[in-house]
Amino acid sequence: MSEHRKQTFIGLVAAIMVIGMTMPVAQARQVTETLVGDMERGERLYRQRCMACHALDANRAGPSHRGVFGREAGAVDGYRYSGALRDSGIIWTAETLDSWLSNPTGLVPGTSMGVRTRNAQDRADIISYLESLSPAEPD
Amino acid sequence: MTQHSPTRRNILFTGTQTLSAAGLMAMMGSSAASAYQGSDNPAQDVQLLNAAIALEHEGIAAYTIAAGSGLLTPDVTEIGVRFRGHHREHRDALASAVTALGGTPVETESEAHYVEALGVASLANQADVLRLALGLETGAANAYLGLIPSLSTAEQHQLAAQMAGDEAYHAAILGHALGEPIPVAGMMFGG
Ligand code: HEC
Repeated sequence: MSEHRKQTFIGLVAAIMVIGMTMPVAQARQVTETLVGDMERGERLYRQRCMACHALDANRAGPSHRGVFGREAGAVDGYRYSGALRDSGIIWTAETLDSWLSNPTGLVPGTSMGVRTRNAQDRADIISYLESLSPAEPD
Repeated sequence: MTQHSPTRRNILFTGTQTLSAAGLMAMMGSSAASAYQGSDNPAQDVQLLNAAIALEHEGIAAYTIAAGSGLLTPDVTEIGVRFRGHHREHRDALASAVTALGGTPVETESEAHYVEALGVASLANQADVLRLALGLETGAANAYLGLIPSLSTAEQHQLAAQMAGDEAYHAAILGHALGEPIPVAGMMFGG
């Protein structure tokens, strides 16, 4: 193979690999978007899965959660965040929260939260509960 | 164990981390080394294990506060004191793991901090205290199960599973004391 052809070939393989890697992600996101969160179930799950470390209005092993939806990561006063989360620049939306809850250290390497929530419906329910705790967007 | 030596070198020579004497000993093969071996991300493991220690500190404090609350009968107090002993063992096991990884275990907060964080002021009777404890223990069992895939070594996975087992045991006893029905469905924790 000539040098030029070799490069074209490598480029083609890389493109196929990129497509292969991005496709499942795109599909997973679509699934998440179509899931409707059940706020009441989310509140129950929050109590069972999150309240070992979090409270709505107090900093415990993890930071307080009231108003977290729509807020910048690492913004609760008086809580000692990891540098990794504090400097992440993340805004907590349905999408970033879904990614965080499914794998916190995957989204923010170096964070001190490692608890993963495997089930996408559980995540959607918990996220809609967190959203319900946030003040309405100012208009 | 050759594949781990780059990590060890990084820790020793990059200068971004300070290494405790115990951490150094662990690397040189003391008995505490098992928690370190195989970790290709000790700094991350330390972060996660320290969050678990914070949870255990709070659990210990919760049982101490409950025992002194005057709301519990002597037999229930005895159960709480026994459970607190288990949480102290958890704290110590996790602290050893953190130290072996070259990290520093987090310290406990003041009792006043926990009184406020746990909303102790709103507890009026024994059932309230038992419900608080049940919530904490259930949450802790779930937390450890959810933490397992984020930890990096088999030893740490097993340690977290052991903690989850103890917390689930506590939750079962507390649920029974509150007269809660046995769940119909299995897979009660984690997920
Ligand atoms: C084992 C303890 C623990 C459990 C259980 C836990 N978290 Fe966390 N969480 C933390 C810690 C510690 C942090 C801070 C992370 C950091 O500073 O890197 C955190 C941070 C967060 C943040 C970022 C908050 C902010 O102010 O930026 C969110 C959102 C969050 N957790 C949601 C949850 C939800 C939802 C659950 C339940 C499914 C949960 N956590 C369970 C320990 C935990």
